[in-house]
Amino acid sequence: MLTSEDFDTLLLTAKVASLATVLMLLIGTPLAWWLARTSSVWKGIINTLVALPLVLPPTVLGFYLLVLMGPAGPIGQLTRWLGLGTLPFTFEGLVIASVLYSLPFVVQPLQASFSAIGAQPLEAAATLRASPLDTFFSVVMPLAKPGFLTATILGFAHTVGEFGVVLMVGGNIPDKTRVVSVQIYNHVEALEYSEAHWLAGGLLLFSFTVLLILYSILKSQPVAHPLK
Amino acid sequence: MTIHAIKARFQLNYGVFHFKVDLELPGTGVTVLFGDSGSGKTTLLRCIAGLQYAPQGFLEINDSIWQDDKVFLPTYKRSLGYVFQEANLFQHLTVSENLYYGLKRIKSSINNFQFQQTIELLGIEHLLTRRIEGLSGGERQRIAIARALVLNPDILLMDEPLASLDSKRKQEILPFLSRLHQQLAIPVLYVTHSQQEVAQLADYLVIMEQGQVFASGPLATTLSRLDLPLAMDKQASTVWLVTIIEHETEYQLSRVEFSAGTLSLPLIDAPIGSTLRLQIYARDVSIVLEAPYATSILNVLPATITDITDDNNGQSIVCLQLGSQSLLVHITRKSRQLLNLQINKAVYVQIKGSSILN
Repeated sequence: MLTSEDFDTLLLTAKVASLATVLMLLIGTPLAWWLARTSSVWKGIINTLVALPLVLPPTVLGFYLLVLMGPAGPIGQLTRWLGLGTLPFTFEGLVIASVLYSLPFVVQPLQASFSAIGAQPLEAAATLRASPLDTFFSVVMPLAKPGFLTATILGFAHTVGEFGVVLMVGGNIPDKTRVVSVQIYNHVEALEYSEAHWLAGGLLLFSFTVLLILYSILKSQPVAHPLK
Repeated sequence: MTIHAIKARFQLNYGVFHFKVDLELPGTGVTVLFGDSGSGKTTLLRCIAGLQYAPQGFLEINDSIWQDDKVFLPTYKRSLGYVFQEANLFQHLTVSENLYYGLKRIKSSINNFQFQQTIELLGIEHLLTRRIEGLSGGERQRIAIARALVLNPDILLMDEPLASLDSKRKQEILPFLSRLHQQLAIPVLYVTHSQQEVAQLADYLVIMEQGQVFASGPLATTLSRLDLPLAMDKQASTVWLVTIIEHETEYQLSRVEFSAGTLSLPLIDAPIGSTLRLQIYARDVSIVLEAPYATSILNVLPATITDITDDNNGQSIVCLQLGSQSLLVHITRKSRQLLNLQINKAVYVQIKGSSILN
């Protein structure tokens, strides 16, 4: 069965994933909107940067973050100068790393949704006296609902499932950075296969359920049919 | 004289497409922007709406400047209504929420009476609680027109509102547009490439070609200008405003009056005193030199030739004046020579057929 230590890692995982998901939606929404609407020369580069974590080994991302956020890195020096210490092996550092790592899972569905809406509903809203910001909240957000749903669920689930970045940036500190995926690794290392089974099975069930719910909702609500 | 309440000057260059327009348009009635696709009609409408930015453009509507060297009002600050080719309704809202979307955003209080009137005019009362999915193209377009009108805008812009509908749906909406035309006090700019819609709706006509204004003027004058391709067309016609003065029910006829006389028409289902649009096709009129002594044609009227030209297909196009009205007639070039038709010659016209448009 699960030990109290296991429950702590579950709770921490939920905290990291929730916080990271909120941050990803806050950063990802304007970013995806810009990517969907712009014809700027920067679009290709930004798109590539956002998508990089999809193909990079998590250890590569983790390694660079460790260097950048470490005492000698530019981010590390900045955070120390601000009196915040350094970020690696802290809860905050883990959240920041998770955001960067899972961002494409939030940005890409949003961007696809925004692109599918097209210019026409926006123009209709403008001729009906809605300012661009007003249009975003009253037209774009409701029409992109399936995109937001996909982004939230994939962003959360992917953060829960990360391992390489956590180990590089967060380490293995109880109650601070020890999330479920790391705890499973600990159990296996200690040959505690029964505990590992419980956590691994739980995570498998969680991921399966979440994706099943997502796909059944999306099936009944076809993605982006903004106008007819 | 026409009061020019709309002044528009725009210029745009997209590669090979050069768009350059300098127009003054009347502040009332329906102005139709007519031309083939790619002639720049929609671009002009989008510039007026502010959906398209033309640098160094100028736009004045009813003494308020919407664009000049210093000002460019964003679309959402312009008092306009816009009806798109596709109805462009918000799919996530009901019909009624679509109608209220703009209303909720204007400063002035909602005029319930006017709202009700608009809904009745467009016959959409029974649709208010419906969702957009499942509505027909014609219903969607009527809702889109209502959604623009309830804002009580200073100008209504309509971009080929019938183009995406089949001919049955077109016939369903045209009567609503004609009614609008009679009841609206604001100017309407209406883009189309359909001559039928020009005849039915236009008071003022702007003909566009390759990004430029080819001709513009009041409908009757512009339709009967022989230097324009419209007059050469097989479907060439003249549109007169006529008033019903008498119904001769025993003959199934109605008598109507226009500025230079009266006409007998098949019985019209409208009360005496109604003003109607009468379309007379150029091919349905013939010319005689003297008043016929006995003829089965009821409508024979004196007229004076004001212009005459030949096309390349053995046809002559004659423009005549009856009082203050112009009339186009297509005859063969042989007839023109046999009758020795010249400018200023006094003749008679026999109108064999015509159709009431509203």
